Order: sequence, then structure tokens, then C-alpha cells
Amino acid sequence: MNVASNPVTSADTGDQRILSYAEAIREAMALAMQADPTVIVMGEDIGVYGGAFQVTLDLIDRFGPDRVMDTPISELGGAGVAVGAALTGLKPIFEFQFSDFAMLAMEQIVNQAAKLRYMLGGEASVPVVFRMPSGSGTGAAAQHSQSIEAWFGHVPGLKVLQPATPEDAKGMLLAALADPDPVMIFEHKLLYKTRGHVPEGSYLTPIGKALVRRSGADLTIVAGSIMLHRALEAAERLAVDGIHAEVIDLRSIRPIDHDTILTSVRKTGKLLVVYEGVKAYGVGAEISAMVAESDAFDYLDAPILRLGAADAPVPYNPDLERASVPQVDTIEAAARRLARREV
Amino acid sequence: MADPTTDNRPFAIRHYAPAQLREALKRMYLIRRFEEGAEDSYTRGMIHGTMHLSIGQEGSAMASCMELTDADKITSNHRGHGHCIAKGADVGRMFAEFFGKETGYCHGRGGSMHIADVKTGNLGANGIVGGGLPIAVGAALAAKRLGKSDVTVCFFGDGANNEGAFHESLNIASVWKLPVIFVCENNGYGMSTSTARSTAVQHISQRAAAYAMPGVTVDGNDFSAVSEALHIAIARARAGEGPSLVENLTYRWRGHSKSDRNRYRTKDEIESWMAKDPIARFRADLIAHGILDDAAADAIAAEAVADVQKGIEFAKASAAPHLSEVTRYVYAEA
Repeated sequence: MNVASNPVTSADTGDQRILSYAEAIREAMALAMQADPTVIVMGEDIGVYGGAFQVTLDLIDRFGPDRVMDTPISELGGAGVAVGAALTGLKPIFEFQFSDFAMLAMEQIVNQAAKLRYMLGGEASVPVVFRMPSGSGTGAAAQHSQSIEAWFGHVPGLKVLQPATPEDAKGMLLAALADPDPVMIFEHKLLYKTRGHVPEGSYLTPIGKALVRRSGADLTIVAGSIMLHRALEAAERLAVDGIHAEVIDLRSIRPIDHDTILTSVRKTGKLLVVYEGVKAYGVGAEISAMVAESDAFDYLDAPILRLGAADAPVPYNPDLERASVPQVDTIEAAARRLARREV
Repeated sequence: MADPTTDNRPFAIRHYAPAQLREALKRMYLIRRFEEGAEDSYTRGMIHGTMHLSIGQEGSAMASCMELTDADKITSNHRGHGHCIAKGADVGRMFAEFFGKETGYCHGRGGSMHIADVKTGNLGANGIVGGGLPIAVGAALAAKRLGKSDVTVCFFGDGANNEGAFHESLNIASVWKLPVIFVCENNGYGMSTSTARSTAVQHISQRAAAYAMPGVTVDGNDFSAVSEALHIAIARARAGEGPSLVENLTYRWRGHSKSDRNRYRTKDEIESWMAKDPIARFRADLIAHGILDDAAADAIAAEAVADVQKGIEFAKASAAPHLSEVTRYVYAEA
């Protein structure tokens, strides 16, 4: 059976609104700002310019410069201002122009935002949302193309999400705003223009819940963000040859959904983890260890496979860039080897 | 309030009510005795880790907080015990925190370097030099956006003025005209490195010019001078005119932390600063201007000793956190 139980795209029927991923994020921000006067949006060139990826386009016209605030090019200061404002009554959405630039603000994200509640013994809350445009495929080379979500997965106190669809992009942002703790949302730059069904109004995508996007009995593929789409395409090709992959949309890196993954691995006995971050010490290591440390280990009938980025900075040359991260072909090939136990 | 044009008494004497001044003296004694009590408890093994004592800097902490309400915020740094007490914290709960007890301000999770009291507006000490500066600017932004007249006083040391966070924070605060007062407690050394060796300008307050805000350097051991500088800066902030930078020149009598072997300062230098004790000076001023007499000042000093003793007893008698709760407070409880 190859039933797409939770399709990632929908037909543009009368009762289904189709929006792009970027539009869905913008709609979430606008809904939140309408509903809650403490929500503000901050970042570099997010006002009249509309953000480097046009995600905040026109928000300044609707909500004014007091709530849609262009910051100086000061990632540490800007992120810290968002943290301080969150600590004292606002709900800031802070956009890093590229997630790579968050490295300039690691101090405020990791030492402050993530730890304040704990260091203060639960007496403080930092409801800030960091939006993190992420990933390769744009030809922007090593400092504008990274996938560093796993870094933040290592930090207690943070929540780390990666929506793959417009529907989730909206629902996760609204869920992040409703959450009393700091949430980082990794938005893949190549997904901004992808389109899909987005429900109207406010709804919250649960944080920490993975989703089976395609059912199958032969192997489990766990992937998030753009890798979900590549994994689904690979699964489609595999199905032609009678290999039925179950594809799980990871959605949340921290907290991570043990149950959905382990249940699937118990069923299929084979696990392939696909992610865009550097393969070593990444999301795949965590998921592999999760399986190895659980009863699902006993159900494995092949080694676990990981597909991640090459052990190199993201290269500029387009062919090299493509080759440096998992693509549909490489996912398909790895899944075939795994299905045949040729690993 | 007396007319400053005809009244040549120090600012603090003419500006604050006698009860306020006596309370300020009390809190300064409390800071001194608290620090000594913490040091003693550390030596006895009742406090572990490390701590950064602010003995010698009490005037800066207390005078900077004179006009703050509980709705006003402060951010503090690693040398933050004095700020916490000056902002109104209870020394018993502070000791409990240092002793790692559940009754501590941070339920034993933060210790000396993260001492905070959110209810009195103290957003916390900070273990990262410069860490509190952008947070203070954020708190000021929140106050402005929420239409409140609250201000934020941001304490940091001379060491922080060479962090990028300092420069980014002052710039943002100025561009957005936020109600924040940057209070640099310049005690001459970032750990062992003197400001002369680390800082290109002679006075840290000169750096205010780069961010188009007022900058002033005052004798940080002169209570009145500090309170006057803060009075002006706070009035400016509350009026929506933006941030200020106040540099309080002061000195820590003790080393940077418990590991300091004091190889970078001379005995003469330390003693010269001990002769400028901010508490003794403030007390003498209060007596000279008839706010209290020696006996009353002694009684206040004795109260501080008793409060610290009581605080230590409270901390000792308090329960430690349960080991099963090591991950409690990482996230909000459902």
C-alpha cells in the first residue's frame, strides 16, 4: 500500500486555499499581530524592503514601523534586544536575514534566551521566535547556505522546528508564538516559493510531533524540511519497483518525536535518515542513537543509514553544491541499497 | 525639595527624604555585610563555585537605584550582589540561592552569577561580560512599546565596554530613543587587565559621543554624585528623550573572583581606595547634614549585621532541590 496519508500538496479546489510557504509565514505573522498587540517583528531590512526573501513584505504598511522594526546590522544586539523584550512582556519575532548570521548572536540565543528560565529557577520566560532562513541551493556559497539546526538541537531550553509545507510553516509560527519558551524555526530558502494548501485563520501545528507523510512497510525514511520533498519523490520512484518506503516528516528537532519514529522502525525494520546539515554529529546521529537505545533496535534487520551534507563547507559551483547535499537520486539509491540489505 | 540655587548641600541630601537616605545607608551596609557573609560562608565550604564580590562598590549600586520602582528594571553583571540588594531583594533568599537551596531566588539553579529577583525588577546578574546590555535595551523597548514610563538601568563593568554587545546596544538604544541608562561601574580592571591597557579612550563615558547620547564620568564612591547623574539620566529616559551613559569610577577591594591572587595591583593602590570607602563617606555626609547621628548610624549598621545573620540561618535551614528535578525549569511547566 502506498497511501499518501498526509499529502504535502493539495489540488487547488474551491475550498482549498493555495499559498506559498513565504505567504503562509507572512499570514501567520499578520494574524498574530492583529490578535496580539505585544507581537512585534524585528530584523534586518524587514520593513520597506520586505526582507531578503520578501517574507515580511507589506507588513510595515499594515502594522507600522513601531511593530515592524528594521534593526541596524547588529545581529548580537538585535537578537539580544528581542530576548530582553520577550523577558519583559513582548513577543518578538526576530528574523535573521540568513540563519548563518545567527552565529553572530550565539551568545544571546544560547547563553541567554535558552538558559534564562532555568538560571532564574522558572521565574522568567523568554517567548521569542527566531526565524532562520536556511539551506543550500541558491549559489550563495559557504556563509549563506548552511543548515545548522542540529547545533541548536544540542541546547536545552530551545525548541527547534523545520516546516516542510506552507501549512506547517504557518501553524508552526503560530504555535511558536503561543509557546512561552524560545523557538527557532528553520525555513528552507528553496521552499519559500513552493505552494500548498493553507487553512484559513489561526491554528497551531503541535510542536514536537512528527508526521507520517507516506505509509510503507519496507523501510522508514525520516526527513525534514526540503529533504522531506526529496524523500517523497524518491519513495515514489521506489514504489514503481515495489519498494514501499514510509516517509516521516520530522518537523521538530527539539523536542524530537520518539514515538512516531520508533513505531515506524518497529514496523519496517530499516531506517534511513536524510538531512541537509553536515552528516557528522547531526540530526541523523541523534535519531540513529534513539533507535539503537530503544527496543526498536531489536526490530532492525539492516544497519541504519544516514544521508547528510558532505564534510565540507557548502561550495559555490552549482554542480558541486548539488552534490554536497542529499538529492532525490542519492536518497533513492541509498533506500534501494537499504531495502536490499546491501549496506 | 530644596532650591539648588540657594541650597549648597550635596544633591542627595537636598533631593531625598531623610527616611530614604537612612534606608540607602542601611542597604549599603547590607551589601557590605552580605558580601562578607558570603565570603565567610565560601571559606567555610557552605558555598561552592565562585563569586565576584562588590565590596567597595556599594555606593554605585545603591545610588543608581534610588529613583527606581519595582516596575523599573535593572540588568546586572557577574558582580551583581550589590545591585540585587540595592534593587530591594531579600538577603535571606539571596543566601539561600548561594547555598544552592530551593528557597533561593533561582531555586538553587543559578547561584551567585545569575542572582535575580524578577518581582523587584531585577532581570538578573549575568555570567557573560556584556550579556545584559542588549537585554536591557530590549526591556526598555518593551516598556516603550507597552506605553509605560518604566526605565531600565543596565549595570556593567569597564570590561564590557570592549565587547561588541556594548557598542551594538548603545547604538540601537540611541537610534530608537529607548529609556535605558547604561551604568558602567569602572573599577579599573577587567579581571587583571587595566582599562589603561584595554581601552582606547581615557573615560568610558567618552564613548557616548559615538552614539549621540549624554555621557558623564562621576566619582562612583560619592553617593550624591552618582545619584545626581542617575537622576538626570532617568528623567531624560522617562521623558522619552533616550538613553544615557554614566560611568561610575570605583574600585573592588577584593580580587576579581575567588581565584584571584592579586598579582596585578599594589597594596598601596588598594589601600588608597579603601580610604575612599563609599559607605564611610555617605555616613559622614548624612551625619554632617543632620540626617542622623552616630548612634543612629551604628544602629543601622547593627541592623544590617542582624539581617545577614538571619539570612544565613534561613539559608542553612532551607531544603536543597530534589535530585529528580534537575531538568525542572528548562521549559515552562504545562
